[in-house]
Amino acid sequence: MPFIANTEAERQEMLAAIGCSDLEQLWEKAAAPKPTSDFATLPEGRSELEVARHLTHLAGKNATDLVCFLGMGYYDHFIPAAVGEIIGRPGFYTAYTPYQAEASQGTLQAIFEWQSAICRLTGMSVANASMYDGGTAVFEAMAMAMRVTRRRHVVVAAGLSPIFRNILKCYSDSQDCEITDIVLGDDDDRSGQEKVLAAVTDKTACAIVQYPNAFGAVEDWTKTIAAVKEAGTLAVCATYPTALAVLKTPGDMGFDIVVGEGQPLGMPLSFGGPYLGFMCTDMKLMRRMPGRIVGQAQDSSGRTGYVLTMQAREQHIRRSGAMSNICSNENLCALTALVYMTLLGRQGLVEVAELCMDKARYALAKLTSIKGVRRIGSQPFFNEFVLELPKDADEVAGRLVEKGYAAGFPLGRYYPARKNQILVSVTEKRTQEEINGFANAMEAVLWS
Amino acid sequence: MELIFKLGAPGRRGVTLPKCDVPRHSDNDLPATLRRSAPAGLPEVSELEAVRHFTLLSRQNMGVDTHFYPLGSCTMKYNPKINERLSALPGFTDQHPLLPQLPEGGALCQGSLEALYETERLLSDLMGFAATTLQPMAGANGELTAITMFAAYHKSRGDERRRIMLVPDAAHGTNPASAAMAGFESRDIPSNPEGDVDLEGLQAMLGPEVAGIMLTCPNTLGFFDHNVVKVIEMVHQAGALAYCDGANFNAIVGRVRPGDLGFDAMHVNVHKTFSTPHGGGGPGAGPVGVCERLVPFLPKSRIVKDADGTYRLEYNYPQSIGYIAPFYGNFSVLLRTYVYLLMCGREGFRRISENAVLNANYLRERLAPYYEQKYQRSCMHECVLSASRQSAKGVRALDIAKALLDVGFHAPTIYFPLIVPEAMMIEPTETESKATIDAFCEVMIAIAKAVETDPDSVKRSPQTMPIGRMDEVAAARNPVLASL
Repeated sequence: MPFIANTEAERQEMLAAIGCSDLEQLWEKAAAPKPTSDFATLPEGRSELEVARHLTHLAGKNATDLVCFLGMGYYDHFIPAAVGEIIGRPGFYTAYTPYQAEASQGTLQAIFEWQSAICRLTGMSVANASMYDGGTAVFEAMAMAMRVTRRRHVVVAAGLSPIFRNILKCYSDSQDCEITDIVLGDDDDRSGQEKVLAAVTDKTACAIVQYPNAFGAVEDWTKTIAAVKEAGTLAVCATYPTALAVLKTPGDMGFDIVVGEGQPLGMPLSFGGPYLGFMCTDMKLMRRMPGRIVGQAQDSSGRTGYVLTMQAREQHIRRSGAMSNICSNENLCALTALVYMTLLGRQGLVEVAELCMDKARYALAKLTSIKGVRRIGSQPFFNEFVLELPKDADEVAGRLVEKGYAAGFPLGRYYPARKNQILVSVTEKRTQEEINGFANAMEAVLWS
Repeated sequence: MELIFKLGAPGRRGVTLPKCDVPRHSDNDLPATLRRSAPAGLPEVSELEAVRHFTLLSRQNMGVDTHFYPLGSCTMKYNPKINERLSALPGFTDQHPLLPQLPEGGALCQGSLEALYETERLLSDLMGFAATTLQPMAGANGELTAITMFAAYHKSRGDERRRIMLVPDAAHGTNPASAAMAGFESRDIPSNPEGDVDLEGLQAMLGPEVAGIMLTCPNTLGFFDHNVVKVIEMVHQAGALAYCDGANFNAIVGRVRPGDLGFDAMHVNVHKTFSTPHGGGGPGAGPVGVCERLVPFLPKSRIVKDADGTYRLEYNYPQSIGYIAPFYGNFSVLLRTYVYLLMCGREGFRRISENAVLNANYLRERLAPYYEQKYQRSCMHECVLSASRQSAKGVRALDIAKALLDVGFHAPTIYFPLIVPEAMMIEPTETESKATIDAFCEVMIAIAKAVETDPDSVKRSPQTMPIGRMDEVAAARNPVLASL
């Protein structure tokens, strides 16, 4: 049997030491029930070689040769080889939550560095170790805002990812809260700043916005946020970390809580996870933040080290009064993001962002030169934009898959009136040749 | 060690990117008001500097690959290397999660969908339930998923006054925290002198406002509750539902199915029972199995196998609680689970629980003369000792934990469960050998003897670690949480 250490002889020795003749007697002694099933539907165990063959076969049944223009919060960015090598170090991945600080300085210092790096990127001053993903981080930010303000009304700007919105709905159904969704026309790529402001009252806990928004638009929230905060309402921003290499930071815009999906920072798409939720705030709200937080500390001889800190906020101390139930989070993914940001570095991340912008603009020009294709909206954008097609976008996307392109995401699935619209995302990985091929294929699908 | 931000030099970099092969956009494409004023202060290091820094950091951790890690309730078993290898196949890692939502997109992901479908099926069979969702992204997320389904179930029957969730006083903190998050009021049920649920106490608390009970099985003292079937019956009779916290499933996997005992739902931590790595605190996954009557409330999406043997995602479940995760759960963690499920098989799982229980009882037997036990009972996969005898000499569980670090063992879980004074919860797991457990016991015995003769020597530990004991009070009072 794989992975079990003891031999039969050792088992007998151990049984003798505890005064049992066999394992059954031990189970009786421990008052455990007899087997409740014969497990007939479970297969026999297989060898490593056989299982490897099977999984390799399954992996081969997946299509991975499509040229990817799909995004919507989850992006096909380049990942340097050293990222995987570092997070594959056994000291990192076979350890657990660093309760014993002396035996966990590697994890603790790395998380302190991650907290620092994500703060530097977002322009905030405090971050936690991680949340499960971007969507649950948005919910946790909302719950935090309700705790801080003791208010139960929430305004959600148009342009919050519909994937995040679904998660928000699932988690907030059990909360005593009221959510106002801002909705704009179907020919718009904006978030509706005036409507957000108009919906905020002295009962509003927070306004939640996405920057860049789900349609790709980059909007300056500075003035709206200042006005929102005058009502005692907190401003929550969900953001795309790669874009922040070049965009004005949410911190500079005045947001109180900044969250987002960290997958673009070095995590493979991996069919949906594991991903990385991040959460940042400022010093005055730090004790109301959920999740694990690492802080700097000194030992008895004055050496600097790192510890889990402010644990009185957490479930293992506070139980039903905890800021969240989160325990295991996405530690190794946070480490991944740190290593990625370290390898790309100050200049490299800017270059990634600039390349995304260049290629997205080239793709937009190519695609909108096709008869009947136009861009929806006119806001500045980063690497994502919405196109209106002269045909049903779902159908077009299906035809483009046959030609080898994941063309983008047809928006009709989440916005029925936008059934001819498709969200196209372009990362630094796309070459001019791929973009040209995509535009040609699109033209052929539409007009031939 | 120095922070990464202190290393390197201005202008140094770790990665080169391809030259731009399209026209550069103009500088005013983004208005200056939307541009950041200066690049983010990220490190400027070479690839070697980065690799060396992080490799040295990784060596400051204890991990299962290098150290015995008997952290109770966390099941720090060996993480097979083949799990890592196969979950990293490009056919799995390179798939965008929105692909199956494109028209006919399911055809592009048949391998991934089959792996998920089969993982669900095998977990359902091991837990004894009608169906399983793989969506929850950690154990606590699984707890929340399950009891959110409880709320939806009661609501569907017009029984909305059930707002109370019962939780034993020995439970993990996540249980009451999850209950609060799902909108319930949690109430502690007392334990009886044997460490089981107090039946009279339970009876007194049951009523028309109780939605359910969250019961860890085996319990957090490491015991199989004598009355578990009775408890579930009482809960059902009161119109409430019974949830099994599967944190300790490693004790009974392949032998006892919680569904067969009458539980309505349970989660498993795949990073405990099913060998996926703990990652220093995640990512894990917390699949939830449910009985027939809770199936309509499972999260979306669900994976369906059609008559022609193909797999697809289905979203049309009007009573579903909705979207717990953005897509299909922590996919690559679940692939590791699938590999382990296939390798162990029917016989393997039975051997796993048997050996986990044997190792824990052997360890308990060897240490019994030296450490108090609040309850004199054979345990399942972990044992809870108390340092109460040692604390009379001024040596606390924390000191013993630190002394263990000094000799190359990770510490057990300490000060949990809360109902045992100076608790030390030790879980050896089935992947450790008798020789390792013997070596650990020798050290524990030596510490107990040192407490008798020279207690200060224990209190001075650790001496050999990269740092000594940290001033956690000062760290929490004046937090330094980032280098900005």
